[in-house]
Amino acid sequence: MTTTSVPETRRIEVRRLLADNPAIVLTFVFVGLFIATDIVNRVQSGHAFATPKQLSTTFLYAAVLGLIAAGQTLVMLTGGVDLSVATTATAAAFTVSRIGTHGAAEAIALALAVGLLIGLVNGVGVSIFRVNPLIMTLGVSVITLGLLTVEAQGQFTALVPDLVATLGSERLLTYIPYDLFIWAPIAAVIILGLRYSGIGRMIYAVGDNPVAARLGGVRVWQVQLFVYATCGVLSALGGILLVGFNNAADLGIGAPFLLPSVAAVVIGGTSIFGGSGGYVGTIFGALILTVLDSLLVILNASQATRQILYGLIVLGLAAIYARTSSST
Amino acid sequence: MSDPAVSAIGESRRQLDLRRLARRHGWTVAVFVLLFLIVLYWRSSTAVPWGPFDVQSVAIDAMPLAFAACGQAIAIISGGIDLSIGSLMGLVNVVAARWMVSMSLREAIFFMILIVLAGALAGALTGTLIVVTRVADIIVTLAMLFVWAGAALAVMTIPGGGVPPRLGTLVTVDTVFTTWVPAALVILIVVVAALWIPIRSSRLGLALYAVGSNRNAAYLAGVNVARTRIAAYALSGTFAALGGLALTMASGIGDPHAGDIYTLNSVAAVVLGGVSLLGGVGGLIGPIAAAFVLTLVKTVLIIRGVDQNWAQVIQGTLIVVVMMLGGLALRQKGKSGT
Repeated sequence: MTTTSVPETRRIEVRRLLADNPAIVLTFVFVGLFIATDIVNRVQSGHAFATPKQLSTTFLYAAVLGLIAAGQTLVMLTGGVDLSVATTATAAAFTVSRIGTHGAAEAIALALAVGLLIGLVNGVGVSIFRVNPLIMTLGVSVITLGLLTVEAQGQFTALVPDLVATLGSERLLTYIPYDLFIWAPIAAVIILGLRYSGIGRMIYAVGDNPVAARLGGVRVWQVQLFVYATCGVLSALGGILLVGFNNAADLGIGAPFLLPSVAAVVIGGTSIFGGSGGYVGTIFGALILTVLDSLLVILNASQATRQILYGLIVLGLAAIYARTSSST
Repeated sequence: MSDPAVSAIGESRRQLDLRRLARRHGWTVAVFVLLFLIVLYWRSSTAVPWGPFDVQSVAIDAMPLAFAACGQAIAIISGGIDLSIGSLMGLVNVVAARWMVSMSLREAIFFMILIVLAGALAGALTGTLIVVTRVADIIVTLAMLFVWAGAALAVMTIPGGGVPPRLGTLVTVDTVFTTWVPAALVILIVVVAALWIPIRSSRLGLALYAVGSNRNAAYLAGVNVARTRIAAYALSGTFAALGGLALTMASGIGDPHAGDIYTLNSVAAVVLGGVSLLGGVGGLIGPIAAAFVLTLVKTVLIIRGVDQNWAQVIQGTLIVVVMMLGGLALRQKGKSGT
């Protein structure tokens, strides 16, 4: 009996270690995927992919997704989901290029304000009117896109300010992308804030059990409002970096980030029902998806294939999660 | 001596029946009144006398949404929600437009029957995934939304294709008996009635409502919950395929993004149509009427000289407001219930 129970407990210990620190597994996945991409690239074009330059590029690309998925993480921790993140990013990108002639600071401030406004509308709908988050954010997304289409018909000069372009596409000392200087501090604030601040603890409480949280004295609606508003601002920030990278805004600029933002959160181990997970996993999720995207580009996969693949990844991971959480 | 007591009971029962009738159908009647008011407003906003053409154009515009709303209503009545309806419609749209364009009428009709069956299978697949994986309906159907949308892009990246001319005119030009009854409206009513009335009065219909109102109670009463939920999504997929075909015939072209708007609009039509998002309550007549209301709102705005995109914004805002009011009503109900 002892001979069977010892490996059993050790296996449970290992499983618990991995469950508590999803970063360990995800690091392996990230490195493995990077090496796989390297091999594929060597076979296809004879060039190596595993170079410091490509690693730096991966981080440069991942920052946009990382920021959009940061907001998504906070929302999903409360048990909601935000389907307007991509349109919010588009709106911010659009605002920056539209107001760009007035100066970088003004453009960035206005773009962030647009994000905050969208987030607040979502938050009011979800927290006060109790609209299903999916439907509320989808509706707001449709309205925003309609407004942008109307706006895009007007005559204006589009200009992406130099500062935004530098932040979104250039690197310091050839290897350090400037956008990391935005992403890294925000990531630190979110990770530490979720762990140590009052609002961070309340986000987990609301996601875990909203009724218990309310009975425990948490003003659930305030937490929800905060989370959606923050998500709007972070998505807008992602949109600003995105327009800096592309150097031009169009109405479809943010759309490819919608499902990856949900996928990054789910890959990172945050529960779709809320209450458990965190931003560290999401960062790895964003990095993994960025490398996966590079791999798919190298393999010449179409947008269609990528979209189907992301859908299946979300579905598969959610199924695995449901299985493991119901068995304990 | 016993007479007044008996008559009092009779009176109260009649009152109860009336109240029950009002509670059951009041909302649907209200939606029809709203529809009537919008039609009046629409007529008053143009000087041109009202003709058969107007009825026809509204019927054509509303048909895809009406089918989508039926599918969504069945999913929601059974206690779920189907976010993949819009993209499934888009997939059907591009498949139909790409391959039907070179078919004869007979082949095209056969092909359409196949597509509807495939839609039922696609819905059954979604339902099976929900039942087997035990993941929330919303997440599974959201993932399927992207899978179908990706498949649609694989069929066609830019708008193209078409429908056999005779098939297009069947929906967009033909009328029944008089010029005032468009074929599109007749097709909608006949198809929905032929599909829904037999199901509604069968064991499955009862099971759909039972599972939607209380899954555990339904299970304890011997209802096969898993099979019922799969059937609900299969029906939802069937109606999504019908909606996609209606979209194809109305627009005469395939567009991978044509279905995108229908996910949200179908949910809005269902909520406006008196179906509770909690499940177990409502029917298909309300959502169909609501689909006409939502379509007319946009039509009227465009007739009034509002820009097409602004009309979209206003329609979207109305939908969100409807959802908010629905949410508020739900909240009140929850308060009075406890």
